[in-house]
Order: sequence, then structure tokens, then C-alpha cells
Amino acid sequence: MMMKIVLSKDRMTIEREQDVVPFRNRVKEYAVKIGMSVVNQTKLITAASELVRNMLKYADGGIVLIEVLSQGRDSGIRLVFSDNGPGIKDISLAMKDGFSTGKSLGIGLPGTKRLVNEFEIKSTVGEGTTVSIIKWKNG
Amino acid sequence: MDRIPILRMGHLLLVTIQIDLYDRLATNLETDLVQMVNKTEAKGVLIDISALSIVDSFMGRILGNIGSMSKIMDAETVVVGMQPAVAITLIELGLELKGVHTALNVEKGMELLKDKIGNYDEDLTDDDENSTE
Repeated sequence: MMMKIVLSKDRMTIEREQDVVPFRNRVKEYAVKIGMSVVNQTKLITAASELVRNMLKYADGGIVLIEVLSQGRDSGIRLVFSDNGPGIKDISLAMKDGFSTGKSLGIGLPGTKRLVNEFEIKSTVGEGTTVSIIKWKNG
Repeated sequence: MDRIPILRMGHLLLVTIQIDLYDRLATNLETDLVQMVNKTEAKGVLIDISALSIVDSFMGRILGNIGSMSKIMDAETVVVGMQPAVAITLIELGLELKGVHTALNVEKGMELLKDKIGNYDEDLTDDDENSTE
């Protein structure tokens, strides 16, 4: 496993529904900057949009860390979504297709995972949830 | 309040989404469209999403809702102009956009709508033939 080197860091606070579009645009800027293909850009931004919506819906918002990574010859974007919401009781259940406690389609987490190269979720009930995703430029 | 304009053309309603929608705008569009279908007795709804760079599950649900609601109101919905990257992403995400018809562009979407509701209004079909051919 090659080392992941963080080339730049940025953070955005998400508090309201109106923050979603500017956030997506920010992610797009970074993806364009590293030369990510349009398809990969679209996948990354869609995944980001799903996760940021979850954060707003279940935790009234949170903070997103946007990092540009380099690993060997590849570069990519890592997004880390942290909230202080209620947490997820059963992560394996939440990762199942078709499961949702909210009134969405229940494709949020598993669908999002399919769109990115790396997906990590940590959650403690009563403390919050952290989701970290990576999309490689050539991934 | 911000709104997406809905244009009426005979028995059709046309919507061109030119900006990335935030949620309120999208839900407003859903409500406005269904009310317009009722008010104008529209038989078809055409939604152009060629300017949308992403469609997430929320936007997908809105499009699906518009399709289902219009259907109950006896109108067909066609979504046109989806970018290839958006289509790839939607399917991987697991959204199939059931309940709405799709077409590659506005022209093909109009043809599809006319096929679906063609017999309903002869005048409309005639008008369109005169203007496009």
C-alpha cells in the first residue's frame, strides 16, 4: 500500500440546505484542478451531495474536510464528513440497499459507496458520525 | 421567492432547468408543475435537464415524483438532455428514474410526447408540423 500524501486541505461548514450547492461547486473546483475526468467528477460530486444531505437530515449539519491527495502517480480527493448527530445504531444495516430510516429512497449510503473508490464510516450513538470517501483521478 | 419558469405550449408544459437546484427550488418546481398541469389541463410535461451537472437521489426523487403525480393527473412526463456522466452515475447510485420517460434531446422528447398524446389534440400536431417542417 503506497503512502497517501495530503497536498492541500480545505474545510466547509454545512448548516443549511442552501450550503449544499456551494459545497458541491467547491468539490468540483478541486476535482477539475487535479484533472479528474467528467464521469469521475460527477460520481464524486453526487456522492458528496448524498452524504451532505444525510448530514443535514440526520444531524442538522456538520463539517466537511476537503483534501487533495497524492498516492504514487495518482491523485485524488478525500472528503471527510463529520457531524455531532445521533449516530447510526447498526452500520451494517444502514449500508444495506433499500434501508432507510428517513423518508428517502434508501439508496444513500450503499449507493454512495459504489460511486467512490474508498469509503469508511465510523459512528457512535449519541456522539456523531464520520464518513470518509476517496475518489482517485484515474479510479 | 425563486422559481423555475414553466412555459405552456398548447397542451404541453416545458421546463428548462438551467441551474443546479437547491432543495427548495426543486420542491417548488414539483408543486408548481402539478398545479400547472391541473390549471392548464396539460397532457404532457417536458423537462430539459441538459444543464444539470449532477442528479442526486433527491433530485431523482423529485423527477420521479413529477412523473408519477402528472401521471395521476393524466399527463405524461419526458425528461430530456441528460448528460452521459449523469446517466452513468444515476445507475451506479441505484436510481432508475421509474415513471418518467426519457429522450436524448428536446426534439426527440417532443416527438415522444406527441406519440403518447398525439390523438388528443389534432391542432397541436398540425401546428407543430407546420412550424418544424
